[in-house]
Amino acid sequence: MGFLKLFSRSSAAVQKLPSGSFTVDRDGNIVASTVSSSYPADLLREISREVLTLFRDARAAQVPMTEFNIHFASLQVTARELRGGAIVFLSPKTTATSH
Amino acid sequence: MEQRHKVLLLDDDPELLEMYKEMLGQLPSRPEVHTATTGPRALALLDAEPFRLMICDLKMPKMDGLQVLAIVRRRFPELRTVVMTAVQDEEFRSRAYALGVDLFWLKPDTHQNMQMFLECLESLLGRDHEGGFRGVQSKSLMDIIQMECLSQSSTVMRITRGSLVGKIWIQGGELIDAEAEGARGEAAFRRILEWKSGTFENLPAEPDRERTIHKSVNGLLLEMAQALDEIANPDPASMEDAEHRKTVWRLSTLTREGADWVVTAPDKGKPEGWGTESEAELGRWMKQMMETCRRLSEKIEAGPLSHVQGKTIERRLVLMPWTDKSFLVAWPLDADPGKLLEQTKKLTASWDS
Repeated sequence: MGFLKLFSRSSAAVQKLPSGSFTVDRDGNIVASTVSSSYPADLLREISREVLTLFRDARAAQVPMTEFNIHFASLQVTARELRGGAIVFLSPKTTATSH
Repeated sequence: MEQRHKVLLLDDDPELLEMYKEMLGQLPSRPEVHTATTGPRALALLDAEPFRLMICDLKMPKMDGLQVLAIVRRRFPELRTVVMTAVQDEEFRSRAYALGVDLFWLKPDTHQNMQMFLECLESLLGRDHEGGFRGVQSKSLMDIIQMECLSQSSTVMRITRGSLVGKIWIQGGELIDAEAEGARGEAAFRRILEWKSGTFENLPAEPDRERTIHKSVNGLLLEMAQALDEIANPDPASMEDAEHRKTVWRLSTLTREGADWVVTAPDKGKPEGWGTESEAELGRWMKQMMETCRRLSEKIEAGPLSHVQGKTIERRLVLMPWTDKSFLVAWPLDADPGKLLEQTKKLTASWDS
């Protein structure tokens, strides 16, 4: 069954979910982070941008939020408002922790 | 002449694709096999014509399998999806199933394993053209439940429709409980029966399960059949009265559960609010929030949104996506945050039913 060896070839990597926390200022700059440096910086910036968008949209809707807890199927994102910026916690869910 | 099902194979290795294509072409149902080497190409093919099944690799450059599946599950909920990968990682398995894939299979390394995989694919290609439940395609879920009850079965039926999961507990031929989309009992049972297609499996019976349904299964099935009939053929004279009853019911639900206000925003149409006069503005904000979360999930491949909890200086808020709408429920600040999700699910379930 030589052809089956084809199945074991390695190819491009699948992105792991981020884990840890980081602080972002009001301009979207990441000030401090405990997220692994192997996680792409541009994706971390995307997360901060969307989190700041959530806080900004809430203020515009007259519902100023102090905290968001976003539950995706595989990841929980907790963001606390911090002087116009935010502190963001990223916790991947496993089969044992997801509800 | 019977129509052949179409299968789409997605892998970045053209050699593997050729081999799969040849093997799948020999399945008893003789499916028509198409191939794509990139996610965007696969999405373009799915847009162009209806497919029955997509088999997707995980590791691919630029757009990986989970990204493709996230888009596919949203845009083509009826498409059956299989992940075939060499990545042995529990996280990816969980994430794939969280996206609602039908099967996650490690790339076969033995002939036996390959045979089993092909048999699974053949069963996924079942011939249900007009809905029905996988395995018993010509029967509705009502028929299947009736059969289980008539045969005095004791079982737990786990029913899946895309990312929705419901359970029905049958003990000695009697329907005793149901659970779906945050609802329990009769409300959950009704919700499950509204699903027109999906898959189901029988799990071992749970004799100690608390009984929440006391009506006979036939009575409930009859009520449900009548309700579905009324929805299909509404009587204009009774519509106004029904609207009034709905209003009273919704207000009583709100008060009973202790929420401050609720806004529901349908995917299409105007938002409705109870206990607030800012439903239009809140409805717009809900849609913005849902869109931001959807974008975020797609970028980081976090899977479908379950819910968002938030806090203002006055209230705790829970945003919950539902089938074709979303709910935003405001609770007092002193409400127990650990119980908010369950309370919100309960409220939205009874509200929607």
